[in-house]
Amino acid sequence: MPRRAFHLAAIYILGALISVALAIPTLIYLLLPPKTRKDTGWVDAGDISQLAPGAPIELSFQQSRVDGWRVVTEKKTAWVVKQSDNQIVAFGPQCTHLGCAYHWDEGVKQFACPCHASFFALDGKVLSGPAPRPLDRYATRVQDNRVQLGALRPADQRNG
Amino acid sequence: MKKRFEEFIEAFDHRTGLHTGLRKFLYEEIPASSGWHQVFGSVALFLILIQFFTGIMLAFKYAPTPGEAYNSLRYILTEVTAGRLMRGLHHWGASMIIVIVVLHMVQVFLWGAYKKPREGTWIVGVILLLLTLAYGLTGYLLPWDNRAYWGTVVSTQIGATVPLAGPYVSRLLASAGDIGVVTFARFYGVHVLLLPPATMLLIGLHVFLVRRHGVAPAPGDELKPKKSFYPEQVFKDTVAVFIAFAILFTMALMVRVPLERLADPTDTSYIPRPEWYFLFLFQMLKVFEGPLEVVGTVILPTVAILALILTPFIDRSKVVRVRQRTLAAGIVLLAALGWGGLTGAAIKGTPPQTAASSIDFSGPTQWMGLKPAELSGIHYYREEKCAACHNVTGSEPKAGPNLLDTAKRHDQAWLLLHFKAPQSATPGSAMTPVNLTGLQLADLAATMKALTPDNGDVIDTAPAFAADGAALYQKSFCGACHAVNGVGGKVGPVLNGLASRRTEAWTISHFVDPQKMSPGTVMMPYKFSQVDMQNMVSYLFTLPDK
Repeated sequence: MPRRAFHLAAIYILGALISVALAIPTLIYLLLPPKTRKDTGWVDAGDISQLAPGAPIELSFQQSRVDGWRVVTEKKTAWVVKQSDNQIVAFGPQCTHLGCAYHWDEGVKQFACPCHASFFALDGKVLSGPAPRPLDRYATRVQDNRVQLGALRPADQRNG
Repeated sequence: MKKRFEEFIEAFDHRTGLHTGLRKFLYEEIPASSGWHQVFGSVALFLILIQFFTGIMLAFKYAPTPGEAYNSLRYILTEVTAGRLMRGLHHWGASMIIVIVVLHMVQVFLWGAYKKPREGTWIVGVILLLLTLAYGLTGYLLPWDNRAYWGTVVSTQIGATVPLAGPYVSRLLASAGDIGVVTFARFYGVHVLLLPPATMLLIGLHVFLVRRHGVAPAPGDELKPKKSFYPEQVFKDTVAVFIAFAILFTMALMVRVPLERLADPTDTSYIPRPEWYFLFLFQMLKVFEGPLEVVGTVILPTVAILALILTPFIDRSKVVRVRQRTLAAGIVLLAALGWGGLTGAAIKGTPPQTAASSIDFSGPTQWMGLKPAELSGIHYYREEKCAACHNVTGSEPKAGPNLLDTAKRHDQAWLLLHFKAPQSATPGSAMTPVNLTGLQLADLAATMKALTPDNGDVIDTAPAFAADGAALYQKSFCGACHAVNGVGGKVGPVLNGLASRRTEAWTISHFVDPQKMSPGTVMMPYKFSQVDMQNMVSYLFTLPDK
């Protein structure tokens, strides 16, 4: 019955075309990240004089973040440390395992996460525990003796 | 493999009855006369499903409160990939449903398919038509731009003219007094929570009734062998659905649905207009004025709806061939003429939207933030055809250097020298001197210094009226007394926000005779040509509020 076969084929093919034409834009709409707006730039986190080599301190600052259609300004913190070579490094305040807030353990001179006992060295490297990667880092620069922080990114695996 | 599959289907069917049910549904017998004219119902159903789907998709990225609604929709249109397509499908799909539903009704009406025992199917259909219009009315407010706001002001005030019930209608729509957050919540709730389940229920009932009574036969069908719904009629339905979808998809891709400025209840220059399928009602209000207005707003629409509902009881004659239903054809023709005439008159009669209120806010709008000098420079940039040799954001190879880079490296003085005597600023330059006055060159230099990679396309996207208006603003030294976007004198009022304080007509009269409009003012009269005046006023009325 070629007529019937033609009808059936047309129904399936046209139906498939419509489904594909809808499914592809929908997946793009739901899964593709929106066009990123410009980075909000550098924010001031504090004076450099309060930093001593090898002694991290937690600095808090206000940073703007793009949240959907809004730009929100929120309080953020960073663990800032002056390395032995006088480089300033600022770590994101969350453990890379499950996002708990870690702290600096003065006794063992390590960053310690209270949740699942991940330990990080002064340079952010994982020393022990379940954390999968070194601590995330803010971009840093120093201007007129003020520490300025930029975007938070995972530490470069090669250097980290 | 095939045997296993069939066994599985059989076992599944034994437990659920789904397969048998589907077969029963598909292999329904339909009259011999069935054919292409009966595809509209399926197309309407398909389009409703598209609306449900795209509506849910939009809701995933939309914040249903005034203000946030506008910002989130703008985010969908400008930042979300495929967001414009999704909104386009929902917007044009709504219009398309109206077209298809009306075609569906016309077909049923012409063929007399509403007759005994199918009165119930017809009445449910009329209610579905009203629900479709309710979707259009409530959905119109949800972008919360000027168009949405002012369109809803008009439609809710029409609702308020209903005799006796008027105040309660206003109360129900939360539109007594001003349109605001509560109105918005009410409209949103109706649009996404009340109407969809109501539609699904009624469509279910509608299809059930169609199946209960079978597809309406034409005279003579009883002598011919019946046809099967599947696959022959389903094939025709699918082809029609595909054509409808192809048109809808193309429209969503090609026809940009604009987003106007954020709803501004103080904007006195805005001319409200409803969606195209409500234009005839809008026009009818102009026919019935004063105490007769209620005839146009309430009585005639009610009579029309009642006539539709009662159609099967008014026309109780026996089913005849469609060609013999001349009276029915005459009624359809008359209705079409009436509708078309009123709609056409409405389109012709509504003045064109002002330049200021027809700007698409889902497009680039950075030019609005420019200072008058910077925007004025764009006028001279275009006048002097700088783009013939220079790029700003473009990548097409041109004789001169990219202006973003050049402007970044040099200061204002260098730019001015370069404009006047290119070779003394850049030895060996092939550029010809720019033949403008010092003040005009200063504006051009200001534009160059204002360009960043972020806003560089203002050179192309700033509308001509704004660049020309700003050039006139500079030439007339308006900035000596007035401030715009934070720069200018303090003698006169700040011009940002003018749109919410004055009408365009008032502003034009004020330019011509300031003393008459604001007695005691120190402003002097300005005699602009008509084109200049329009550019100036349009420019002033597009200034951002802050």
